[in-house]
Amino acid sequence: MNSTQNKNIQDLLREVTDPEIPVLSIMDMGVVRDVEVNGKSVLIKITPTYSGCPAMDTIATDIKLKLDEAGYDTTVKLILSPAWTTDWITKKGRAELEKYGIAAPLDETSDKHALIDGKRIVKCTNCGSTNTKMVSQFGSTACKALFQCEDCLEPFDYFKCLK
Amino acid sequence: MKDKLYEYLLMLGDNSMVLGHRLSELCGHGPSLETDIALTNISLDLFGQVRSYFQYAAEIKGGDVTEDSIAFLRFDRDYRNVILVEQPNEDFAHVIGRQFLFDAFHLPLLEQLMESNDEMIAAIAAKSIKECRYHLRFSSSWVKRLGDGTMESKIKMQSAMNHFFPFVSELFRETSIEKEMKELGVGADLKMIKEVFDEKVKEVFFESTLEIPQSSSRQTNGKTGIHTEQMGFILAELQYMQRAYPNMQW
Ligand SMILES: [Zn+2]
Repeated sequence: MNSTQNKNIQDLLREVTDPEIPVLSIMDMGVVRDVEVNGKSVLIKITPTYSGCPAMDTIATDIKLKLDEAGYDTTVKLILSPAWTTDWITKKGRAELEKYGIAAPLDETSDKHALIDGKRIVKCTNCGSTNTKMVSQFGSTACKALFQCEDCLEPFDYFKCLK
Repeated sequence: MKDKLYEYLLMLGDNSMVLGHRLSELCGHGPSLETDIALTNISLDLFGQVRSYFQYAAEIKGGDVTEDSIAFLRFDRDYRNVILVEQPNEDFAHVIGRQFLFDAFHLPLLEQLMESNDEMIAAIAAKSIKECRYHLRFSSSWVKRLGDGTMESKIKMQSAMNHFFPFVSELFRETSIEKEMKELGVGADLKMIKEVFDEKVKEVFFESTLEIPQSSSRQTNGKTGIHTEQMGFILAELQYMQRAYPNMQW
């Protein structure tokens, strides 16, 4: 594959977003695991964040539409191994999550402190205070927990650490 | 061998599917918003795992078989889930009790399956185990809250556990297929899982101030397709769309 073509595909993939977190490109989400190009035919391997993530089918369709439109013949394959981890969310992805109002995942140990021991360490996405409490370990989607800031009272999602 | 692997995948998938269905019945009916969301999220995780198992099973079976036909077009005798997971929701203590007992079995099961020499099973297990840890954390914390809660919540939690305990032994009673899969290094060793399960039950019951029921076990055989009448009601709802509108897709 030539590098212009590769860059072109990467750029197109960057325009595909997670339908549940529309600010986040699937590249920054870390779900694109491999890109194989052979002339005009492209094989994209993606991995689900959570097994039941209903966004995966939509993401696969969006990738195919986007690349086919640009003249490629695209196949999208779902792979399970190695299993996705929140460590694969890029720095840019984390920043975009925060801007969107979702607190980015902490490291594994801090995550446990926040979710099990009720330690106040998750930063409010609205005012930055760490005086926050967990409202529910399960949030609006499987990957999130619900928090509330005790200073500005803003409720917000926290993206749970997955290792 | 292929047929047996297929059957084994059904055993793994059907437990998650039937429990996932029971939990989905609570969508919009949970006792609080928080628990409603938690239970339906767990349901979604389980269904995600089911899809992985059934996609793989369909690949093995070949022909016209798809994940959907496996899920929706079998008769009750062809389902391989244990009786525990088909037990009705009754009240919140029952939902939590059933969930805890299944999670405490499911986690060590997945731990072993991660080492399966069948690469696909190992991959599904490695993916699922991350979710299962959250499930067990949720269910065991509620067993403790209810068990060590008010007099009423304690009575309800204890009576739910008394109801479910006779069904526990089936989880560990090895069928010929499970034995063969274990010996091939594909499946799990139920004896080892039972040790971890018993430890966990002891720990959580102690903290919950609940009594471990000493009730005799029932000779249930869900894994070979002998179900209770509950299964008929479950399938009537689960299969309605595919039976009424064959081959319909969302
Ligand atoms: Zn705040």
